[in-house]
Amino acid sequence: MKIAIASGKGGTGKTSLAVALLHANAERARLLDCDVEEPNCHLFLSHTVIGHKAVELLIPQVNPNLCKLCGKCVEACQFNAIAIAGNQVMIFNELCHSCGGCARICPHGAIQEFPVKIGELSQSRCKNEAELLTGTLEIGHASAPAVIKAAKKALPLQDVPFTLIDSPPGTACTFVAAVEDSDFVFLVTEATPFGLNDLKLAVEALLNMELPFAIIVNRIQSETNLITDYANQQGFPIWLQIPEDRHIAETYARGGNLLDVKPELKKVLRELLDRCQP
Amino acid sequence: MKIAFSTEGESLESLLDTRFGRCPRFLVWNFETNSFTLVDNSQNLQATQGAGIQSAQNVINTGAEALVTGHCGPKAFKVLQAAGIPIYVAESLPIRELIDSFEKGTLLQLKEADVEGHW
Ligand code: SF4
Ligand code: SF4
Repeated sequence: MKIAIASGKGGTGKTSLAVALLHANAERARLLDCDVEEPNCHLFLSHTVIGHKAVELLIPQVNPNLCKLCGKCVEACQFNAIAIAGNQVMIFNELCHSCGGCARICPHGAIQEFPVKIGELSQSRCKNEAELLTGTLEIGHASAPAVIKAAKKALPLQDVPFTLIDSPPGTACTFVAAVEDSDFVFLVTEATPFGLNDLKLAVEALLNMELPFAIIVNRIQSETNLITDYANQQGFPIWLQIPEDRHIAETYARGGNLLDVKPELKKVLRELLDRCQP
Repeated sequence: MKIAFSTEGESLESLLDTRFGRCPRFLVWNFETNSFTLVDNSQNLQATQGAGIQSAQNVINTGAEALVTGHCGPKAFKVLQAAGIPIYVAESLPIRELIDSFEKGTLLQLKEADVEGHW
Protein backbone atom coordinates (compact mmCIF):
# COMPACT_ATOMS: atom_id res chain seq x y z
CA MET A 1 0.00 0.00 0.00
CA LYS A 2 1.32 3.43 -0.99
CA ILE A 3 0.91 6.30 1.45
CA ALA A 4 1.95 9.79 0.37
CA ILE A 5 2.99 12.40 2.91
CA ALA A 6 2.26 15.78 1.40
CA SER A 7 1.91 19.39 2.33
CA GLY A 8 0.55 22.49 0.60
CA LYS A 9 3.78 24.31 1.37
CA GLY A 10 7.30 23.71 2.61
CA GLY A 11 8.40 23.91 6.23
CA THR A 12 5.41 22.20 7.82
CA GLY A 13 7.42 19.31 9.22
CA LYS A 14 6.37 16.94 6.46
CA THR A 15 9.82 15.37 6.13
CA SER A 16 10.18 14.93 9.90
CA LEU A 17 6.87 13.14 9.98
CA ALA A 18 7.85 10.90 7.07
CA VAL A 19 11.09 10.00 8.82
CA ALA A 20 9.33 9.34 12.14
CA LEU A 21 6.77 7.15 10.37
CA LEU A 22 9.60 5.11 8.90
CA HIS A 23 11.27 4.75 12.31
CA ALA A 24 8.06 3.66 13.96
CA ASN A 25 7.32 1.13 11.21
CA ALA A 26 10.85 0.11 10.28
CA GLU A 27 10.15 -3.59 9.75
CA ARG A 28 7.13 -3.04 7.55
CA ALA A 29 7.72 0.16 5.57
CA ARG A 30 10.08 1.79 3.06
CA LEU A 31 10.44 5.47 2.35
CA LEU A 32 10.72 7.14 -1.05
CA ASP A 33 12.02 10.69 -0.91
CA CYS A 34 10.22 12.19 -3.90
CA ASP A 35 10.92 15.80 -3.00
CA VAL A 36 13.38 15.54 -5.87
CA GLU A 37 14.33 19.20 -6.10
CA GLU A 38 15.45 19.18 -2.48
CA PRO A 39 15.50 15.68 -1.03
CA ASN A 40 16.47 15.75 2.63
CA CYS A 41 15.11 12.65 4.38
CA HIS A 42 18.62 11.14 4.21
CA LEU A 43 19.89 13.87 6.53
CA PHE A 44 17.72 12.48 9.32
CA LEU A 45 18.34 8.76 8.81
CA SER A 46 21.66 7.02 9.35
CA HIS A 47 22.00 4.82 6.32
CA THR A 48 24.37 3.06 3.96
CA VAL A 49 24.01 3.70 0.25
CA ILE A 50 23.65 0.45 -1.67
CA GLY A 51 23.33 1.62 -5.24
CA HIS A 52 22.77 4.47 -7.67
CA LYS A 53 20.88 4.55 -10.91
CA ALA A 54 20.64 7.34 -13.45
CA VAL A 55 17.20 8.52 -14.54
CA GLU A 56 17.34 9.25 -18.24
CA LEU A 57 14.97 10.70 -20.77
CA LEU A 58 15.22 10.44 -24.53
CA ILE A 59 15.74 13.88 -25.97
CA PRO A 60 15.54 14.42 -29.73
CA GLN A 61 18.37 15.89 -31.78
CA VAL A 62 18.16 17.09 -35.35
CA ASN A 63 20.72 16.16 -37.95
CA PRO A 64 20.97 19.37 -40.00
CA ASN A 65 22.31 17.44 -43.02
CA LEU A 66 19.10 15.44 -43.34
CA CYS A 67 16.62 18.09 -42.22
CA LYS A 68 14.62 19.73 -45.02
CA LEU A 69 13.06 22.36 -42.70
CA CYS A 70 9.59 21.06 -43.57
CA GLY A 71 8.15 22.05 -40.19
CA LYS A 72 6.33 18.78 -39.51
CA CYS A 73 8.08 18.33 -36.16
CA VAL A 74 7.07 21.82 -35.01
CA GLU A 75 3.43 21.02 -35.73
CA ALA A 76 3.69 17.62 -34.07
CA CYS A 77 5.12 18.81 -30.77
CA GLN A 78 2.23 19.33 -28.37
CA PHE A 79 4.58 20.84 -25.84
CA ASN A 80 5.73 23.73 -28.04
CA ALA A 81 9.31 22.66 -27.59
CA ILE A 82 10.37 23.08 -31.22
CA ALA A 83 10.71 26.04 -33.54
CA ILE A 84 12.25 26.63 -36.94
CA ALA A 85 14.17 29.86 -37.16
CA GLY A 86 16.62 30.93 -39.81
CA ASN A 87 17.90 27.70 -41.26
CA GLN A 88 17.75 25.58 -38.16
CA VAL A 89 15.38 23.51 -36.04
CA MET A 90 15.62 24.57 -32.39
CA ILE A 91 14.59 22.09 -29.73
CA PHE A 92 14.17 23.35 -26.18
CA ASN A 93 15.21 20.37 -24.05
CA GLU A 94 13.77 21.82 -20.90
CA LEU A 95 10.28 21.82 -22.44
CA CYS A 96 10.58 18.40 -24.08
CA HIS A 97 8.52 15.61 -22.53
CA SER A 98 10.25 12.84 -24.47
CA CYS A 99 7.07 11.75 -26.19
CA GLY A 100 8.97 10.70 -29.33
CA GLY A 101 6.38 12.36 -31.56
CA CYS A 102 8.80 14.51 -33.55
CA ALA A 103 11.16 11.63 -34.36
CA ARG A 104 8.24 9.49 -35.53
CA ILE A 105 6.75 12.16 -37.75
CA CYS A 106 9.93 13.45 -39.42
CA PRO A 107 9.61 12.39 -43.08
CA HIS A 108 13.35 12.61 -43.65
CA GLY A 109 14.61 10.62 -40.68
CA ALA A 110 16.47 13.68 -39.47
CA ILE A 111 15.55 13.32 -35.79
CA GLN A 112 17.28 10.87 -33.54
CA GLU A 113 16.72 10.48 -29.81
CA PHE A 114 19.54 10.32 -27.30
CA PRO A 115 19.36 9.50 -23.61
CA VAL A 116 20.08 12.48 -21.39
CA LYS A 117 20.53 12.10 -17.65
CA ILE A 118 17.95 14.19 -15.83
CA GLY A 119 18.30 12.80 -12.34
CA GLU A 120 19.37 9.98 -10.11
CA LEU A 121 17.92 7.41 -7.73
CA SER A 122 19.94 6.25 -4.79
CA GLN A 123 18.93 3.29 -2.71
CA SER A 124 20.02 2.97 0.93
CA ARG A 125 19.53 0.69 3.88
CA CYS A 126 18.95 2.55 7.11
CA LYS A 127 20.42 1.52 10.46
CA ASN A 128 16.96 0.26 11.42
CA GLU A 129 17.04 -2.00 8.30
CA ALA A 130 14.34 -0.05 6.47
CA GLU A 131 14.88 1.09 2.89
CA LEU A 132 15.30 4.71 1.90
CA LEU A 133 15.14 5.56 -1.79
CA THR A 134 16.11 9.10 -2.74
CA GLY A 135 15.24 10.71 -6.07
CA THR A 136 17.31 13.74 -7.07
CA LEU A 137 16.68 15.97 -10.05
CA GLU A 138 19.73 17.31 -11.89
CA ILE A 139 19.86 21.05 -11.57
CA GLY A 140 18.46 22.86 -14.60
CA HIS A 141 16.08 20.14 -15.72
CA ALA A 142 12.36 20.69 -15.69
CA SER A 143 11.34 17.05 -15.76
CA ALA A 144 10.95 16.51 -12.00
CA PRO A 145 7.83 14.36 -12.53
CA ALA A 146 9.89 11.88 -14.55
CA VAL A 147 12.31 11.41 -11.66
CA ILE A 148 9.41 11.01 -9.22
CA LYS A 149 7.80 8.39 -11.44
CA ALA A 150 11.10 6.52 -11.72
CA ALA A 151 11.47 6.54 -7.92
CA LYS A 152 7.98 5.11 -7.55
CA LYS A 153 8.72 2.38 -10.08
CA ALA A 154 12.09 1.32 -8.60
CA LEU A 155 12.28 -2.24 -7.30
CA PRO A 156 12.16 -2.37 -3.49
CA LEU A 157 15.13 -3.69 -1.52
CA GLN A 158 12.73 -5.98 0.27
CA ASP A 159 9.03 -6.46 -0.03
CA VAL A 160 7.20 -4.62 2.71
CA PRO A 161 3.49 -3.83 3.04
CA PHE A 162 3.85 -0.03 3.22
CA THR A 163 5.60 2.37 0.84
CA LEU A 164 5.79 5.90 2.23
CA ILE A 165 6.22 8.73 -0.26
CA ASP A 166 7.62 12.04 0.90
CA SER A 167 6.05 14.34 -1.69
CA PRO A 168 7.22 17.75 -2.93
CA PRO A 169 5.49 20.72 -1.28
CA GLY A 170 2.90 22.71 -3.18
CA THR A 171 0.20 21.50 -5.54
CA ALA A 172 2.00 21.68 -8.89
CA CYS A 173 2.74 18.85 -11.30
CA THR A 174 5.44 17.41 -9.03
CA PHE A 175 2.93 17.08 -6.20
CA VAL A 176 0.51 15.36 -8.56
CA ALA A 177 3.20 12.96 -9.81
CA ALA A 178 4.09 12.03 -6.22
CA VAL A 179 0.60 11.52 -4.79
CA GLU A 180 -1.18 10.07 -7.83
CA ASP A 181 -2.02 6.39 -7.60
CA SER A 182 -1.26 6.30 -3.87
CA ASP A 183 -3.81 4.59 -1.66
CA PHE A 184 -3.88 7.24 1.00
CA VAL A 185 -2.45 10.71 1.63
CA PHE A 186 -1.42 12.40 4.88
CA LEU A 187 -1.64 16.15 4.54
CA VAL A 188 0.71 17.83 6.98
CA THR A 189 -0.04 21.40 7.95
CA GLU A 190 0.50 24.02 10.61
CA ALA A 191 -2.14 25.87 12.59
CA THR A 192 -1.42 29.23 11.01
CA PRO A 193 -3.38 31.26 8.45
CA PHE A 194 -0.77 30.44 5.78
CA GLY A 195 -0.92 26.78 6.75
CA LEU A 196 -4.69 26.79 6.39
CA ASN A 197 -4.58 28.54 3.05
CA ASP A 198 -2.12 26.04 1.57
CA LEU A 199 -3.97 23.15 3.16
CA LYS A 200 -7.13 24.20 1.35
CA LEU A 201 -5.31 24.17 -2.00
CA ALA A 202 -3.88 20.72 -1.30
CA VAL A 203 -7.28 19.41 -0.19
CA GLU A 204 -8.86 20.73 -3.36
CA ALA A 205 -6.21 18.99 -5.48
CA LEU A 206 -6.75 15.69 -3.65
CA LEU A 207 -10.52 15.91 -3.94
CA ASN A 208 -10.10 16.44 -7.69
CA MET A 209 -7.92 13.37 -7.86
CA GLU A 210 -10.39 11.46 -5.69
CA LEU A 211 -7.69 10.41 -3.24
CA PRO A 212 -8.59 9.59 0.37
CA PHE A 213 -6.68 11.68 2.92
CA ALA A 214 -6.33 12.62 6.57
CA ILE A 215 -4.89 15.81 8.03
CA ILE A 216 -1.99 15.96 10.47
CA VAL A 217 -1.49 19.25 12.28
CA ASN A 218 2.00 20.09 13.39
CA ARG A 219 3.23 22.50 16.09
CA ILE A 220 -0.14 23.24 17.65
CA GLN A 221 -0.49 25.62 20.60
CA SER A 222 -3.95 24.37 21.47
CA GLU A 223 -6.16 21.36 20.76
CA THR A 224 -8.67 23.57 19.01
CA ASN A 225 -7.22 25.81 16.35
CA LEU A 226 -8.07 27.19 12.94
CA ILE A 227 -7.26 23.88 11.24
CA THR A 228 -9.56 21.88 13.52
CA ASP A 229 -12.29 24.47 12.96
CA TYR A 230 -11.92 24.14 9.19
CA ALA A 231 -11.72 20.34 9.22
CA ASN A 232 -14.77 19.96 11.48
CA GLN A 233 -16.78 22.33 9.39
CA GLN A 234 -15.88 20.49 6.16
CA GLY A 235 -16.02 17.01 7.67
CA PHE A 236 -12.35 16.19 6.95
CA PRO A 237 -10.59 13.82 9.35
CA ILE A 238 -7.67 14.97 11.54
CA TRP A 239 -5.68 11.96 12.65
CA LEU A 240 -2.90 13.52 14.64
CA GLN A 241 -1.97 16.81 16.25
CA ILE A 242 1.61 17.34 17.38
CA PRO A 243 2.16 20.04 20.00
CA GLU A 244 4.73 22.80 19.57
CA ASP A 245 7.81 21.73 21.47
CA ARG A 246 11.16 23.44 21.64
CA HIS A 247 12.91 20.10 22.21
CA ILE A 248 11.64 18.77 18.90
CA ALA A 249 13.26 21.57 16.93
CA GLU A 250 16.51 21.12 18.86
CA THR A 251 16.49 17.41 18.15
CA TYR A 252 16.00 17.97 14.41
CA ALA A 253 18.86 20.42 14.43
CA ARG A 254 21.05 17.62 15.77
CA GLY A 255 19.80 15.22 13.08
CA GLY A 256 17.54 13.38 15.53
CA ASN A 257 13.91 12.55 14.96
CA LEU A 258 10.52 13.02 16.49
CA LEU A 259 10.57 9.66 18.28
CA ASP A 260 13.75 10.58 20.15
CA VAL A 261 11.78 13.33 21.90
CA LYS A 262 8.39 11.66 22.02
CA PRO A 263 8.82 7.89 22.14
CA GLU A 264 5.17 7.61 23.10
CA LEU A 265 4.30 8.64 19.51
CA LYS A 266 5.58 5.34 18.18
CA LYS A 267 2.32 3.54 18.92
CA VAL A 268 0.30 6.35 17.31
CA LEU A 269 2.50 6.38 14.22
CA ARG A 270 2.03 2.63 13.80
CA GLU A 271 -1.72 3.00 14.16
CA LEU A 272 -1.70 5.73 11.51
CA LEU A 273 -0.60 3.23 8.89
CA ASP A 274 -3.06 0.59 10.07
CA ARG A 275 -5.88 3.09 9.79
CA CYS A 276 -5.12 3.72 6.11
CA GLN A 277 -6.15 0.21 5.23
CA PRO A 278 -9.65 0.16 3.83
CA MET B 1 9.17 45.24 -45.55
CA LYS B 2 6.69 43.74 -43.11
CA ILE B 3 6.48 44.33 -39.38
CA ALA B 4 4.40 42.44 -36.81
CA PHE B 5 2.56 43.94 -33.82
CA SER B 6 1.05 41.91 -30.96
CA THR B 7 -2.54 43.00 -30.46
CA GLU B 8 -6.00 42.13 -29.21
CA GLY B 9 -7.67 44.30 -31.83
CA GLU B 10 -8.14 44.16 -35.58
CA SER B 11 -7.38 47.63 -36.87
CA LEU B 12 -4.67 50.28 -36.91
CA GLU B 13 -6.46 52.06 -34.07
CA SER B 14 -6.15 48.95 -31.90
CA LEU B 15 -3.72 49.02 -29.02
CA LEU B 16 -0.51 47.06 -28.85
CA ASP B 17 -0.91 44.02 -26.59
CA THR B 18 2.16 44.10 -24.37
CA ARG B 19 2.05 40.34 -23.85
CA PHE B 20 3.91 38.49 -26.55
CA GLY B 21 3.32 34.78 -25.91
CA ARG B 22 -0.32 35.19 -25.01
CA CYS B 23 -1.52 37.87 -27.41
CA PRO B 24 -4.52 36.68 -29.44
CA ARG B 25 -3.19 37.84 -32.81
CA PHE B 26 -0.57 39.74 -34.75
CA LEU B 27 -1.23 42.65 -37.05
CA VAL B 28 1.34 42.54 -39.85
CA TRP B 29 1.89 45.88 -41.53
CA ASN B 30 3.31 45.92 -45.04
CA PHE B 31 5.25 49.08 -45.86
CA GLU B 32 5.24 48.40 -49.60
CA THR B 33 1.49 48.13 -49.99
CA ASN B 34 0.49 50.25 -46.96
CA SER B 35 -1.91 47.55 -45.87
CA PHE B 36 -2.05 44.93 -43.19
CA THR B 37 -3.07 41.34 -42.52
CA LEU B 38 -4.16 39.71 -39.27
CA VAL B 39 -2.55 36.47 -38.11
CA ASP B 40 -4.19 34.34 -35.47
CA ASN B 41 -2.16 33.43 -32.39
CA SER B 42 -5.06 32.29 -30.20
CA GLN B 43 -3.98 28.65 -29.94
CA ASN B 44 -1.38 29.95 -27.53
CA LEU B 45 -3.88 31.39 -25.07
CA GLN B 46 -4.43 27.88 -23.75
CA ALA B 47 -0.89 26.55 -24.06
CA THR B 48 0.48 25.31 -20.75
CA GLN B 49 4.04 25.89 -21.87
CA GLY B 50 6.08 27.18 -24.77
CA ALA B 51 3.60 29.91 -25.76
CA GLY B 52 6.45 32.33 -26.42
CA ILE B 53 8.21 29.85 -28.71
CA GLN B 54 5.08 29.25 -30.74
CA SER B 55 4.29 32.96 -30.95
CA ALA B 56 7.82 33.49 -32.23
CA GLN B 57 7.23 30.73 -34.78
CA ASN B 58 4.01 32.42 -35.89
CA VAL B 59 5.79 35.74 -36.32
CA ILE B 60 8.52 34.06 -38.37
CA ASN B 61 5.90 32.37 -40.55
CA THR B 62 4.30 35.75 -41.38
CA GLY B 63 7.53 36.79 -43.07
CA ALA B 64 7.79 39.87 -40.84
CA GLU B 65 11.25 41.38 -40.56
CA ALA B 66 10.67 43.03 -37.20
CA LEU B 67 8.40 42.62 -34.21
CA VAL B 68 6.88 45.24 -31.93
CA THR B 69 5.55 43.99 -28.59
CA GLY B 70 5.69 44.77 -24.86
CA HIS B 71 7.89 42.11 -23.35
CA CYS B 72 9.74 39.05 -24.51
CA GLY B 73 10.93 35.98 -22.60
CA PRO B 74 14.27 34.23 -23.08
CA LYS B 75 13.13 31.31 -25.27
CA ALA B 76 11.11 33.43 -27.68
CA PHE B 77 14.00 35.87 -27.80
CA LYS B 78 16.36 33.07 -28.81
CA VAL B 79 14.05 31.87 -31.57
CA LEU B 80 13.52 35.35 -33.01
CA GLN B 81 17.21 36.09 -32.78
CA ALA B 82 18.02 32.91 -34.70
CA ALA B 83 15.57 34.06 -37.35
CA GLY B 84 17.22 37.48 -37.48
CA ILE B 85 14.06 39.31 -36.41
CA PRO B 86 14.75 42.32 -34.19
CA ILE B 87 12.30 42.96 -31.33
CA TYR B 88 11.14 46.48 -30.47
CA VAL B 89 9.30 47.22 -27.27
CA ALA B 90 6.63 49.81 -26.69
CA GLU B 91 3.77 50.79 -24.43
CA SER B 92 0.20 49.83 -25.16
CA LEU B 93 -0.38 52.53 -27.79
CA PRO B 94 -2.46 52.52 -31.01
CA ILE B 95 -0.63 50.60 -33.72
CA ARG B 96 -0.92 53.53 -36.15
CA GLU B 97 1.26 55.65 -33.83
CA LEU B 98 3.75 52.84 -33.41
CA ILE B 99 4.17 52.47 -37.18
CA ASP B 100 5.09 56.17 -37.21
CA SER B 101 7.56 55.74 -34.38
CA PHE B 102 9.08 52.75 -36.14
CA GLU B 103 9.61 54.80 -39.30
CA LYS B 104 11.14 57.63 -37.28
CA GLY B 105 13.40 55.10 -35.58
CA THR B 106 12.30 56.05 -32.06
CA LEU B 107 11.27 52.60 -30.87
CA LEU B 108 13.48 50.87 -28.36
CA GLN B 109 15.15 47.68 -29.56
CA LEU B 110 15.40 44.84 -27.07
CA LYS B 111 18.94 43.51 -26.73
CA GLU B 112 18.07 40.63 -24.43
CA ALA B 113 14.98 38.98 -22.97
CA ASP B 114 13.35 41.29 -20.43
CA VAL B 115 11.10 38.84 -18.59
CA GLU B 116 11.33 35.30 -17.34
CA GLY B 117 9.30 32.59 -19.11
CA HIS B 118 5.52 32.07 -18.82
CA TRP B 119 4.40 35.03 -20.90
S1 SF4 C 1 10.24 17.11 -39.47
FE1 SF4 C 1 12.36 16.48 -39.87
S2 SF4 C 1 12.85 17.39 -41.85
FE2 SF4 C 1 11.00 18.39 -41.13
S3 SF4 C 1 11.76 20.22 -40.06
FE3 SF4 C 1 11.56 18.63 -38.51
S4 SF4 C 1 13.56 17.67 -38.44
FE4 SF4 C 1 13.53 18.83 -40.32
S1 SF4 D 1 9.96 14.32 -28.11
FE1 SF4 D 1 7.84 15.06 -28.02
S2 SF4 D 1 7.94 16.75 -26.53
FE2 SF4 D 1 10.06 16.34 -27.15
S3 SF4 D 1 10.40 17.77 -28.81
FE3 SF4 D 1 9.73 15.82 -29.76
S4 SF4 D 1 7.52 16.07 -30.00
FE4 SF4 D 1 8.18 17.65 -28.57
